Amino acid sequence: MGTRTIIPFGPQHPVLPEPIHLDLVLEDEKVVEALPSVGFVHRGLERLAEVKDFHELVYVAERICGICSFIHSQGYCQGVETLLNVEVPPRAKYLRTIWAELSRIHSHLLWLGLFADAFGFESLFMHCWRVREKIVDIIEATAGGRVIFGSCKVGGVRRDIPNVTLRETKTELALIEAQYNELKQTFLHDNSVKRRTVGVGTLSKEQAYALGAVGPTLRGSGVVSDMRMLGYAAYKDLNWEPVVERGGDCYARTIVRIREVNMSFDIIRQAIDKIPEGPVDVKVTGNPAGEFFSRLEQPRGEVIYYVKGNNTRFLERFRIRTPTFANIAPMVVMLKGCELPDVPVIVLTIDPCISCTER
Amino acid sequence: MSMIETQPITVIDRSELPIKAKELSGEGYRLVQICATTGDETLEVTYSFDREYSLTNLRTILQKSDPVIPSITGSYLAAFTYENELQDLFGIRVTDLAINYNGNFYLTAIKTPFLQKKSSGAA
Amino acid sequence: MGNFLISKIIVRSALSRFATRLYPFEKREPFSATRGHIENEITLCIMCGICQKKCPTHAITVARAERNWAIEPMKCIQCGECVTVCPVKCLSMAKTYSAASPTKETILLHQETPPPKTGAVKKENA
Repeated sequence: MGTRTIIPFGPQHPVLPEPIHLDLVLEDEKVVEALPSVGFVHRGLERLAEVKDFHELVYVAERICGICSFIHSQGYCQGVETLLNVEVPPRAKYLRTIWAELSRIHSHLLWLGLFADAFGFESLFMHCWRVREKIVDIIEATAGGRVIFGSCKVGGVRRDIPNVTLRETKTELALIEAQYNELKQTFLHDNSVKRRTVGVGTLSKEQAYALGAVGPTLRGSGVVSDMRMLGYAAYKDLNWEPVVERGGDCYARTIVRIREVNMSFDIIRQAIDKIPEGPVDVKVTGNPAGEFFSRLEQPRGEVIYYVKGNNTRFLERFRIRTPTFANIAPMVVMLKGCELPDVPVIVLTIDPCISCTER
Repeated sequence: MSMIETQPITVIDRSELPIKAKELSGEGYRLVQICATTGDETLEVTYSFDREYSLTNLRTILQKSDPVIPSITGSYLAAFTYENELQDLFGIRVTDLAINYNGNFYLTAIKTPFLQKKSSGAA
Repeated sequence: MGNFLISKIIVRSALSRFATRLYPFEKREPFSATRGHIENEITLCIMCGICQKKCPTHAITVARAERNWAIEPMKCIQCGECVTVCPVKCLSMAKTYSAASPTKETILLHQETPPPKTGAVKKENA
């Protein structure tokens, strides 16, 4: 029986993008148990639905998180539009798809950089973020802001992207994709990366499903589940499929995200080719009534928005369940039995976005 | 955009929760979320489950004077995060919780901040 | 499979010019769509107060009697709602971000003479 020590991990730690606290119970160098505690960035945003009317609440929904900001506003708008029985014009659906996929690419590139930093590969981290800068520049040129898009509203989108800009974006994305393809070879084939990720944090298919994992954590263990199959926005008109790997360890989840970036480049190209002409918003009148669960696929997994209206301009309940909240339980299970240096790798493999978790 | 999926909500009594959860777990449903809505005298707790992209919900209504609810961590261990959040933000007491933080999951300055409804008015 | 697979990228970036800009000697030209800060052409403003009602953060204050229009740039989230709803289009979104500052100041614009009342104030559809 070795000696047991308790080591606090976080809230301040060089690899963590956002504060989470874990109490790790160690026996010699193996982690026996891990207890998470959250609450460092709890802002109580759900209560703001009581003082801001449902048009203004989009701005609050966008600012829940900086990395996944557009899909939050899209999920909120889709939920309220269903309650109001409003059909968004097709051009707006395609524009939302293009921005959502750009958001996914920049989020995954950010994660690839942080993940490389978690096992100490800083130069790879810097090169991933260098490629990401070009994506963020495209977002600023089309939506107006680097991380907070400000382009979704109830009834459509607030600004159009002219066709000339779309064609230029397509050429730029081809160049960025070439650079990205060069970079991903290191993640996929380098021996030092494989040493740190293969066999670490393994979740079997049944475990991942029973623990409620979502997103790449679930798809990396062989379960086919991607909320974009529900066919919202323009996804049912485009040719794509969910990316699934069978390994169940950190390496498999990395491959899932790497392949998803390539899939996103392809989806954007198809959307730019197929985008129809027409208006980008519809006039919205009346107040929302009823309740609805709106589900979308964020870069980190399935996000679910519960909106409940009571025929006034303030929503009665606005509840967000973000993917990282659902992935905390699988993370705690993955940490059991690992070595202490593997803890940052496992914490980062679920792609923790704690400001989303705590709202 | 209007989604054509139906999302049925079944209202049940709180004592039936562990039994229903076990049934759904046996049929292959995974837990998606648990959420509570504050009313004037009541607290509505909604449980959502999903299997192959179709969502089904269970709902139970609690009185604010007696906010006790049995846990479903027997069938769904992942529910511990959601049920601890219910304890911390709404003051609901959950019995038989597998991992119970006793109110220390979210370290908020005020206890049970979501329990009282603020009167909605001018911002 | 291999070791040091990143060496090609590293050697290329070591031998070519910087990927970063030499700020402050070299500044970036902002994009035309960038939402930087709000500007008001005060001679055209009719003091209707719609921008104050629509602002999500209450950054704008309109005092009709004194003919003053004030904005707190630190509260503004550059969403552009005021620009969209202004009936005379005196508000516009400029491209440069407001500078960082140690104090939170309010920008107050005073209108000396009200704009001439033309027969129809053209209301452009947003």
